Amino acid sequence: MIELDTIKPYFEGKEDVLGEILGRYPDYGRRSAIMPLLWEVQRAERHVSEARLEEIAHIVGVHATEVKGVMSFYSTYHEQPVGKYHLQICSTLSCSLAGSDEMFDFISEETGLVNGETDGSGIFSLQKVECLGSCGTAPVLQVNDTYYERVTRSSCKELLDALRSGEMLEPPRERGGDNEGAEKPKIGSEQRVGREA
Amino acid sequence: MTTIAEKPQLISSRKDAQFEVTLYKNVGVEGAHTLETYLEGGGYKAAKKALTTMTPEAVVDEVKRSGLRGRGGAGFPTGLKWSFMPKPDGRQRFIVCNADESEPGSFKDRYLMEDDPHQLLEGMVIAGYAIGATKGVLYVRGEYYKSYERLREALAEATAGGYLGKGLFGSEFDFEIILHRGAGAYICGEETSLMNSFEGLRANPRLKPPFPAQAGVYGLPTTINNVESFASAVHIIAKGADWYASMGTDDSKGTKLYQVSGPAAKPGVYELPMGATFRELIFELAGGPTEPIKALIPGGSSTPMLAFNDETLDTPMDYGSIAKKGSMLGTGGVILIPQEKCIVNATWNLVRFYAHESCGKCTPCREGISGWMTKMYQKLVSGRGEAGDVELIEIMSRNIKGKAFCPLADACLGPVQSSLALFRDEYEHLAEHGTPKYTKTNWWSA
Ligand SMILES: Cc1cc2nc3c(=O)[nH]c(=O)nc-3n(C[C@H](O)[C@H](O)[C@H](O)COP(=O)(O)O)c2cc1C
Ligand code: FES
Repeated sequence: MIELDTIKPYFEGKEDVLGEILGRYPDYGRRSAIMPLLWEVQRAERHVSEARLEEIAHIVGVHATEVKGVMSFYSTYHEQPVGKYHLQICSTLSCSLAGSDEMFDFISEETGLVNGETDGSGIFSLQKVECLGSCGTAPVLQVNDTYYERVTRSSCKELLDALRSGEMLEPPRERGGDNEGAEKPKIGSEQRVGREA
Repeated sequence: MTTIAEKPQLISSRKDAQFEVTLYKNVGVEGAHTLETYLEGGGYKAAKKALTTMTPEAVVDEVKRSGLRGRGGAGFPTGLKWSFMPKPDGRQRFIVCNADESEPGSFKDRYLMEDDPHQLLEGMVIAGYAIGATKGVLYVRGEYYKSYERLREALAEATAGGYLGKGLFGSEFDFEIILHRGAGAYICGEETSLMNSFEGLRANPRLKPPFPAQAGVYGLPTTINNVESFASAVHIIAKGADWYASMGTDDSKGTKLYQVSGPAAKPGVYELPMGATFRELIFELAGGPTEPIKALIPGGSSTPMLAFNDETLDTPMDYGSIAKKGSMLGTGGVILIPQEKCIVNATWNLVRFYAHESCGKCTPCREGISGWMTKMYQKLVSGRGEAGDVELIEIMSRNIKGKAFCPLADACLGPVQSSLALFRDEYEHLAEHGTPKYTKTNWWSA
């Protein structure tokens, strides 16, 4: 007899995680858990496979097509695995005016990827995205969940090199505007300053 | 002869000695996101004041009197919106915070959530109490992971500290907040789409009426507001409607977070009293443009662009004054468009955004914006334009306008129609020659 590999359900043995997510919503709103369940799976597996879709559908009590319908509506859920470092380049106007198109070309050349691709070794994937709400500190490169702002050629190169060697750099916290620099009103007893390590 | 009673002078410039930064005072301050620091700065006192010394009606009234208008873009009077909730009938009611901030050029809510999450939570407690909602929903766009993390920590702290939960401040009022993450779809900022998204449905907009107050989240009475609206409510309750209404102009009160992006010396978020001018924002705070500018988008990408000239610069940034110029205050996200940028290309960038974000539900938006408008701009920017193309874009715009199911299609027409009106010569030039009038392509200076 042929032994088939069976896929262990994602939430098997993670009853606490599952319970926490389902517990956020009222009983009559169980469907609301679809998005956080998709997020949970994707964070761990860098995509949501058909099998996981069906598992989520089963948990929530709807057909798998319904979950798929929800998932496909959004641009940040992935059906295919993205790289260990998913490079998302904002391409909307304010970033474009700060050079995001050139930044995209630069990253594309550096990684050898075109928009939407994941490299063979699964390190990098590349995606053009729309305004990330960071227009004052453009151009912006989002790596997984982290924003790198005011990216320059040299900082971009430095970041890619670090990522290649498996290191996520701590992004300098950018604010601009009213919070540029360190002069801030005193709060409490000690003077607190603008930037966080 | 009668003497006209002297109207008190409203504060409408940051140069006024009485102006102080309130909404934004903790942003950028290290550690300001913690409950401890928030309490040190007087945090949750406004919520306590509302819940222990005011009736819900009095809170609604105070916000009405303050003149606060919604900061999510449409500028609907907040107190009035709160008063639309039906009489309590035993059904669960919801207060929803719209933290989907995705309109290009807007980035104020993000900093408020990352650096001052408790201010937002406090605003939601106050609003929940005012409208009788014991549950809040905080819908944060998926990309704002830092905001999500900070809010999650803040919710845990506030619950442990007794600022959320049962019988707040010794009153009878219970309140909890459900934090929900979006996943990258601009349409989720439209309030009914957001509700569908939250419910685990595809995020297409719903037909209105019924309005959220009648049938919102899970079909239950709901009020929805923007992050900055909630944050403003905290200060209105803390310092009073009169203080708030002493700033601004006749139709726009209080302070507002304006944003500057594009080539400026110091782009970013600045808090100003409403009615301050573009000049004050761009030149005095943001340090002025770093290169010649031909147009500005006043309030996020959907608001029609204005020529960059003295007349525009001296316009007060309030709802009425900008409307009079044919545009909108929107989110207050100002984008500067440099002289050297091909306007057709810049507009195509935004058309592409709206085309990508169209949910596909209705024909005018799906076929008009994602289909035809996209094709026409692609044709022009790729140098294959021909006589009549510019007129066709114009005719299409007129035919799409006001026809779509939700405002997304019209939002796209903001930059299309205004750029055509201001810079038709650039369109004609591109259609005729196949090359843009302005050819600069490398914008990555550093
Ligand atoms: C396509 C579209 C996108 C929107 N995006 C947002 C948004 O990201 N954030 C927001 O607060 N309001 C957004 N709005 C406005 C909301 O529908 C709603 O009017 C607002 O959240 C109400 O809050 P307010 O009264 O406090 O402004 C959007 C509207 C449309 C039509
Ligand atoms: S345009 Fe890139 S973050 Fe807004």
